[in-house]
Amino acid sequence: MTEALVQEFEALAGTATAESPEWLESARRSAMERFTRTGFPTGREEEWRFTPVKPVAQTRWRLANGTPAVVTRRHIAPFTFGHAEWTTLVFVNGVLSESLSEIGPLPEGVLVGGLSEALRGDGALLQEHLTRHAPVEDSAFTALNTAFLREGGVIYVPAGVELSRPVHLIFVATPEAAGTVTHPRNLIVVEKGSRASVIESYVSLSQGSTYWTNAVTEVSAGAGSWLEHTRIQRESEQAHHIGLTQVNQQRDSHYRSFSLAMGGALARHNLHVRLNDENIETLMYGLYLTRGEQVVDNHTAIYHDQPHCRSWEVYKGVLDGRSRAVFNGKVFVKPEAQKTDAKQTNRNLLRSDEARVDTKPQLEIFADDVKCTHGATVGKLDDVARFYARSRGLPADAVERLLTYAFAAEVIEEVVLEPVRQELERLVLERLGGI
Amino acid sequence: MLEIRNLNASAGDTEILRGINLTVNAGEVHAVMGPNGSGKSTLAQVLAGHPAYTVTSGSVTYMGQDLLALEPEKRAQAGVFLAFQYPVEIPGVTNAYFLRAAYNERRKAHGEEEIDSMDFIDLLESKLKLVDWGPEIMSRAVNFGFSGGEKKRNEILQMAVLEPRLAILDETDSGLDIDALRIVAKGVNELRRPDNATILVTHYQRLLNYIVPDHVHVLVGGRIVKSGGKELALELEARGYEWLEDAVGAAT
Repeated sequence: MTEALVQEFEALAGTATAESPEWLESARRSAMERFTRTGFPTGREEEWRFTPVKPVAQTRWRLANGTPAVVTRRHIAPFTFGHAEWTTLVFVNGVLSESLSEIGPLPEGVLVGGLSEALRGDGALLQEHLTRHAPVEDSAFTALNTAFLREGGVIYVPAGVELSRPVHLIFVATPEAAGTVTHPRNLIVVEKGSRASVIESYVSLSQGSTYWTNAVTEVSAGAGSWLEHTRIQRESEQAHHIGLTQVNQQRDSHYRSFSLAMGGALARHNLHVRLNDENIETLMYGLYLTRGEQVVDNHTAIYHDQPHCRSWEVYKGVLDGRSRAVFNGKVFVKPEAQKTDAKQTNRNLLRSDEARVDTKPQLEIFADDVKCTHGATVGKLDDVARFYARSRGLPADAVERLLTYAFAAEVIEEVVLEPVRQELERLVLERLGGI
Repeated sequence: MLEIRNLNASAGDTEILRGINLTVNAGEVHAVMGPNGSGKSTLAQVLAGHPAYTVTSGSVTYMGQDLLALEPEKRAQAGVFLAFQYPVEIPGVTNAYFLRAAYNERRKAHGEEEIDSMDFIDLLESKLKLVDWGPEIMSRAVNFGFSGGEKKRNEILQMAVLEPRLAILDETDSGLDIDALRIVAKGVNELRRPDNATILVTHYQRLLNYIVPDHVHVLVGGRIVKSGGKELALELEARGYEWLEDAVGAAT
């Protein structure tokens, strides 16, 4: 498939050049070279040991790029969870839909819009950040995304601005998107002392549809900034989703991430956060709900490069059927990163004997005065808790759902933005069939 | 109300209850006392239907029904309540949600309509007062991060809301300071009615200063070796359990 992708890239190159600046063309080209050199990863690579990407690598995907579809606000309503007043960008099959998007008045200097439009405008912001945070050398998928990047959300919050209304980026795959790939590319820049909440949703209008989303989001969190970043991945359960969120944090900044993964036949999300200066706080929460034959993989990496930073990570999984989950959590602490406080937890609840989890904490600590802990559990619901609830009169099946919900809700509670928290709770309840 | 006949129960291969006989009538308070490992807590948990124990022989009749044939939730819906020695933390579920769900299951079982959260708040008001709590406790997760005393109070609050016919309190006094003990005892006493009954499982006589039992039973080695009135508890306080253990040892 690599050759076919190269041909496709070359065919597009002429038109793409007309649209995008030269620095980006050279970034695209080196990304494509990087991809051509390695091709798709295989199970022989440690990073992909438990997550075979064959279904992605061996299919010839057409570029979606706006595959025509009739989508109305009514279709989108379930995914905006009733917050029409938020700044919402809706991308349909990879292309920004102006009629479905909602951009109200924004504070001065704030930019929220589509990437392709931003590329046509003043290039300074993009040149400083786009492709600068997510290294193509790290992953063939990032390389492909970079080579083919075209559309996505661009959010820029200048220094000292508090963005009161959340920004919601919704990537919609319609039934017409079957057999296609999109490479959404998002850029979030919050400058010094600013504050924002961003939600990314990846959704499908047809549950049985097979397509591939290959998303990359770059985040730059300036000194003293505060950013809550929620990722809701609810693709079709026959689709494939590969995503990277790459974050660079500056001094005194606070970045909190919540990642929900419940869609995809094969879903992988990498969250990489680099702590570039002192007194940074990074919170990473995750929840994955899998069933059937789903394979859901979360890889996180935290780079403690400087002293006096704190990272706190909790990922939880609820697995049903014959589904599989993979969790890999890396924490790197450089020799100079003294007084690092890092805690990582991965807890899994198996609701079926055939479900399986591969969990791997990976701590590489080169400083001596640090507090770093990790823990992973894989198990079933606690029998004592089950009996306790039943002894209060709750039927066994209701107790099962209640305790499973409670297990998941505990991590959802960490989301600051209440409407998002409520939506996440609703999604879990819906999956469990109510409590 | 409750007739326990020759009840034998084990956990795995270990026999714990060896022929318990006990009759509890409506309106009565029974104290079941005994040294550690005598089977007191097992008796309480077997009555509530804990799946870790197997009843090997004997019968338990509750309000004319075969209690042992009922699932734990059916026992609860029929009015049996066990206050746990170690109440379980359920992070992620609020006290309000949990208690209302339990209350409504009970109502459904009796063919009554479920009540909504507004009506439930009204109902809670007087129940909370019983354990000296404000409404804020209801938005906390069930027992999560509660102190030992708070957990026991929460058990009494649940009991007050669910209004059991048969309440079994398993070492509810253990680990309580005197103030918490008073609150718990007040709750139990105020909930006493001619048509309900209470079994207090306790190691110490202390609780019985606050809740006066009609009958006291001493459990040793999985059997009731002595029964009497409230004065038996005082005798146990003075003499300990050793003389009874020796008597059982001599008999077997």
